[in-house]
This record gives sequence, structure tokens and C-alpha cells, in this order.
Amino acid sequence: MAASANSVIGNPIVGLAKSSPSSSAFLGARIHLRGERSGRSASASPSSALAVSCAMSGNVAAVEAEKNGKPGLGSRPDSFGRFGRFGGKYVPETLMYALFELEEAFRALSKDEDFQKELDGILRDYVGRESPLYFAERLTEHYRRSNGEGPHIYLKREDLNHTGAHKINNAVAQALLAKRLGKKRIIAETGAGQHGVATATVCARFGLECIVYMGAQDMERQALNVFRMRLLGAEVRGVHSGTATLKDATSEAIRDWVTNVETTHYILGSVAGPHPYPMLVREFHAVIGKETRKQALEKWGGKPDVLVACVGGGSNAMGLFHEFVDDTDVRLVGVEAAGFGLDSGKHAATLTKGEVGVLHGAMSYLLQDDDGQIIEPHSISAGLDYPGVGPEHSYLKDIGRAEYFSVTDEQALEGFFTVGSIAFKRLSRLEGIIPALETSHALAYLEELCPTLPDGAKVVLNCSGRGDKDVHTAIKHLQL
Amino acid sequence: MAGVVPKISFPSSPARISGFTSPRWPTCKFTSLSRSTLSRASLSVRRASSASTISDTFSRLKEQGKVALIPFITAGDPDLSTTSEALKILDSSGSDLIELGVPYSDPLADGPVIQAAATRALENGTNFDGVISMLREVIPQLSCPISLFTYYNPILKRGVEKFMSTIEEVGVRGLVVPDVPLEENESLRKEAIKHNIELVLLSTPTTPPERMKEIAQASEGFIYLVATVGVTGARASVNLQLQSLLQEIKEVFNLMSFCHFATPKPVAVGFGISKPEHVKQVAGWGADGVIVGSAFVKLLGEAKSSDEGLKQLETFTRSLKAALP
Repeated sequence: MAASANSVIGNPIVGLAKSSPSSSAFLGARIHLRGERSGRSASASPSSALAVSCAMSGNVAAVEAEKNGKPGLGSRPDSFGRFGRFGGKYVPETLMYALFELEEAFRALSKDEDFQKELDGILRDYVGRESPLYFAERLTEHYRRSNGEGPHIYLKREDLNHTGAHKINNAVAQALLAKRLGKKRIIAETGAGQHGVATATVCARFGLECIVYMGAQDMERQALNVFRMRLLGAEVRGVHSGTATLKDATSEAIRDWVTNVETTHYILGSVAGPHPYPMLVREFHAVIGKETRKQALEKWGGKPDVLVACVGGGSNAMGLFHEFVDDTDVRLVGVEAAGFGLDSGKHAATLTKGEVGVLHGAMSYLLQDDDGQIIEPHSISAGLDYPGVGPEHSYLKDIGRAEYFSVTDEQALEGFFTVGSIAFKRLSRLEGIIPALETSHALAYLEELCPTLPDGAKVVLNCSGRGDKDVHTAIKHLQL
Repeated sequence: MAGVVPKISFPSSPARISGFTSPRWPTCKFTSLSRSTLSRASLSVRRASSASTISDTFSRLKEQGKVALIPFITAGDPDLSTTSEALKILDSSGSDLIELGVPYSDPLADGPVIQAAATRALENGTNFDGVISMLREVIPQLSCPISLFTYYNPILKRGVEKFMSTIEEVGVRGLVVPDVPLEENESLRKEAIKHNIELVLLSTPTTPPERMKEIAQASEGFIYLVATVGVTGARASVNLQLQSLLQEIKEVFNLMSFCHFATPKPVAVGFGISKPEHVKQVAGWGADGVIVGSAFVKLLGEAKSSDEGLKQLETFTRSLKAALP
């Protein structure tokens, strides 16, 4: 397949897979796009080719760049699984071998044609990729200023994937990986239930035993997804310890993995956790950004100017951003959950209000109290209700490459309704798409963002999931 | 990338593969940080404790042909004053070293019993400063050394240096941090050495031999050999794989002393051990120390009153001690 890769990056990728001991061997290519064999077009920016060669030389490039005063993007992650000072593997010793094995398998599979073909086929025929890049005409009109100027808003339709969110991209690939590792038992954690459903789905598809850990509180507010998981044959185990939400489900999933590591693969649902997960999950979602680049070229002959995505653990954002991190003329905007407000103490705005610490295996920003205990976050959306965030986002924030803002529950609900269907009387609106509450946070941020953008600026917002699961929550708030 | 790539087959028994030494393992990096080559910052140690170091404790026991009894309890469950009393009782009933757990919100390596203890402790307001105050008072009254068992985030919150100097000052001798593996423990090691804290590392049934060697070389005080693939919590019987693991680790030391890498270090076994029979079995297989955690924690946590819990603690400790040489 290397022969079919574009000449700009074809050879370096081969070298990359062989020489760099642990860098992401999926960098720059291999998720096969439907009908697209030539990889990036010749108009791909030279910086992307540079980025690839930077990754090949790993840490050296990062060190050199730092020395020369250039922003040291270097290898993300480096061979120790770090993004700058973030990331790493802070897990009990029992898991260390499994993490090593996982990373080795991931590298080996990048050279495995069978794996690529199988994954490509499933993404196309089962998941329904590629997802459309949709010009949101009425949303664009909504943000048009009185002088007729304004940005152009596009939605990357991850909500149209099978199971209704971006989560399946990663679940499918990891299930295949697990099979290659000979693991027959799969565990996962889930917040909103989307990753749980995606995992249950792929386990049904591949005949794997599936156990999903979910906080008892989350099970209540996302009952539809609990039902779906069980219908798909998964065992959903409610977690009552701690705060009974996503962080506790994650801790319990890790404990299960520690106990059953020899038979079990843990399909972690976001770009958080110990190395190699942040890298793995990012690579499996990177198809989002790769398709977007191609589609942007097709639609307007250029690149996006601003990318917007909601950030809980950070997987959909990383999936969209990754392709463009080295295109410094593309703004990366992440939107977190501010819950009841940043000063209320009841939010999940990790990157805005958190401090650096270690949670679930990675060093990253997280919400903690004065004693170093992890505090319970709050968001109306279960999927953003996580007191940590993926280490790569922490890194991108620290180096100023990406910007992170936050939106309250109320603003998100407003955002929910802004693109909601006419079923919700209070709001007319606009596109006939019901977004997930998580996605609504990104949509709500458009209110702040769009007035600041020049005429014709191309905004691509990751419509990370559909909102059927959130309808009853919305109704509850409507009635209030 | 020419030709057909052969399908990779993965071995069925991952833990015992040789070749799990990628260039990324910090081979021999740690030998240069051994106590003998690094000058200690404070030789005039503020000895808050009359207890010897953990290493010295094990040496003395070995000379006497004894096996160390190492209980673990969670600080603050049911409350810090009970913990203080418990430490005294454990000390006087035959413990050779005591592990004290610092309660944490997300204890990844712990099973339901210790998780529940941590939650109770946190709910009643136990915090690190409270634990330190309690230790400052009680450690001078103890004859056996105290080691802390804590997750990494609370250490990071204070800063590694500050944390180490604080625990040194009250007389803590050792530290176990279960979510910091070899690759990530450089700053912990540096500060531990500077502050006369012995940083104990863990090895588990899934740790391949080469890596176990690295861990053994780098660990101080003793090597914590985790008996099972799992989290803390009593099991009905001891994992039989443990016997061969103990043999393996002892072989590692024979090799090390042959190559003059380091002197053999004591091996203490923990996780899942809860009865006198277990303790006897594990000691019989060659362990230098036995760690019992959840059984003690459960006892204290489920007792009808603190006093009753403390009484049962004493009885239990003596029964375990009696089963050991």
C-alpha cells in the first residue's frame, strides 16, 4: 500500500514504521479513504512533510526545536509516551507488560496489510464512513452580521456514523486489535454511554465478551444507552463507589483490567489514560481530520480556518485536530463543560480551572482539591463529566497551539436547541439536526466565536454525536 | 514495505517472555542512584523515630532466622485516633514493619475493602495534614518502622520534595507508590534518597524476568512482590504461581550477587494474604516478609466499636505472628 501513498509522505512513512521505536506508525497515512488512493494532494503544506520527518527522529527533533527557540512540537508522543511533560504510564506494575504488548501490537499492525484492509472495509461498510462535511446554511445565516459578513459554518457529521457518534471509530479498531492479541474478553468504561454502546456493538459484531462499567448516576441519566448496550449483549456493571460517574467507572475498569489483564483487552474510550492509549485512540479517530482535509479541498479548495470541538476526555477533538496540528494557520478550539459556571465549583472545565496531576495513568490537567483528591465534576452532559482530560490536549494548551474555552449547562442547552428540530417548540431553528448535549457545548460556543471571525472564515465544527439519548433530559429542562 | 507481511502471532503466556527488554527500559540507570554513590543531603537525620530503617529491620530479622510480619491499615478509618491506637497495638503485638495507607479518592490498585476504608476516611475529613499530625505524635512511641502507602497525585499536589521532607520529619521510613512504575519514578527516587526514605518498588506475576531484575536492583528497603494478578483483597487461597515467582526472584539475586550488581534484598509478599495458614505457606516458600492488608482493614472497619476493633486487631496480629518463624 505504500506504493499508493503520495510521494510527499510515502517513503518517510515506511522509514517511520521501521526506525522510530514507538512513535505512532499511523502518522500521516494509513486509514484508507474511500475512493482516495493518493493520500494527500500535492498542495499539502510542506510543514506536514516536515512534521513527519520530525516524528521520525523522535525526541531529537523536539530538543533541537526547543534549542532553536522554535515551538517544539516534535514527536507526539515521544518514546516514553509523553507530550511535553504530560502523559506517561502511571499505572500499577501489573499492567505494564500489557501496555507494552499493546504498543507493540499497534506498531506491528501499521505494517500489516490485512489489518488495514479489514479496518478500512469495516469503517466504510459497517460504520458508514466517510462522514459528510455539511455546509450548515441556516446556521451560517444565523451568524451573518448586519453588513452581510460572517463565517461559513460546516458540520463534520460524526453523528451519522453507526451508533450515532464518533466513538465507534476507535472501538472498531481496538476490537480488531484485541482479536489480534488473542484477547476474548473486552471491558470498557462509559460516561454518556456512547462509547459503551460502540464497544457493545463491535463486540457483538466480532463475537467478543463485553463488560461495560458505568457510573450509577450516569446510568440513570442515559437510560436509553444502558438499554442499547444490554440489547447488544453487553453486561453493564453499575459503579457505586466514589461519585458514581465516569471517573469512578474508569477506575473500576482499570481495576478489572489489573485483575484480568491476561485474558482481557481494555477498550479505553478517549485519548486519556496511560500510554499508548492517548496515541492509539487519537490515531483511530484521526480519520475524522483526514477526511475533513480532503473534503475541505473539494468543497472550497482550501483548508478550514477554525476547528471547533467539545472536549470531555478529548477524543473527538483530537480526531479532528490531529491532522491539522502542524498547519499553524488553522485555529484549534476546544470547548469544555462549565456546568453551573466556572466559579460555582460544579463544572468540568479541566483545562481552564484544573491543575496538573496524575489521574488514570496519565499526567494531565485535572480537577482536584487542596489535598490532591480528585473532585467530582459536574456537567449536564455525561460525556463531558470527567475531571481529567487527555494529556495531548494539556500539551497543546500549554504550548498555545490550541485554545480552550467553556460553556455552561444553560448555554449548552441553548446550543442544543439552536440546531434542534422543530419538535422543541420554544426554538424554531435551523438545521433539523438534534445534536448530543456534548456536541451542543461546541455549538453554543459559536455564539462567542462567530462575531470575531472575518468574512468567509471557514469553521468546521465536529458534530460528534446525535442527541436522541438526550431528549428526555432536554424535556425535563424545558418543563422547568 | 515490499512483499507480504507475515501475520504476527502473539505468545499465549505473555508474562514469561524473554526479550521484553526494549531499549526504552532504563537498564542499569538506577544503579548510579544507589545510596552508596549518592551523598545524602542530611546525614544528621532528625530522628523523630527510634525505629531502625527498613533495611536494618530486615537484616536483623534475617540474622535471627525470622520472617517479617507487615500489617497494612488505612489511616483515618474509622478515625485518626483509632488509627493511632491501632499502630501502637500492631507494634506491641509483634509487627516488624507497618504500612499505613493514605486515603485517596481513586485507589486503582485497591479492591472493595480498602476502597471502602478510604471512602470512609475521606468522608470523616481525614486529610494528609491530619495523618502527619497523628504520626508526629505516635511514631516516637513505636519500636517498628512505619512505611506510607499512597498514590501519586497527593504527592504531586504537595510537590515531591516537600512531601518527602514532611514525612522524613515525622519519622516515616519507607514509601510505596503503587501507580508509579519504574519508568516514572526518577524524581521520587531522587527525593527519597535525599530524605532518607526507602522507596519500595513492586513486582508482580505479570512482570517479565528482565524487568523484575531492574525493579529488584532499584527497590529500597525490600521488594514488594505482589502475590496475585489483581487488586488488594483477601483471597481464599494463595496463588500457587507465587512459589515459582519467589524462586525466580531469589535466583535473580543469586545472579546479581554473582555479578556483583548488588546485595540481595529482602522480598516481602502482599495482596490477598489474609490468614495464618497463608502466612505460614508463603514464609515456607522463602519470603522474607509477609504483608497483610485487607484482612486488618476489614476487621477495623466492620467492628461494632473502635475498642472492639482494636481488641480483635491484637488477637489477629498475634495469630499471624505465631504462624511465622
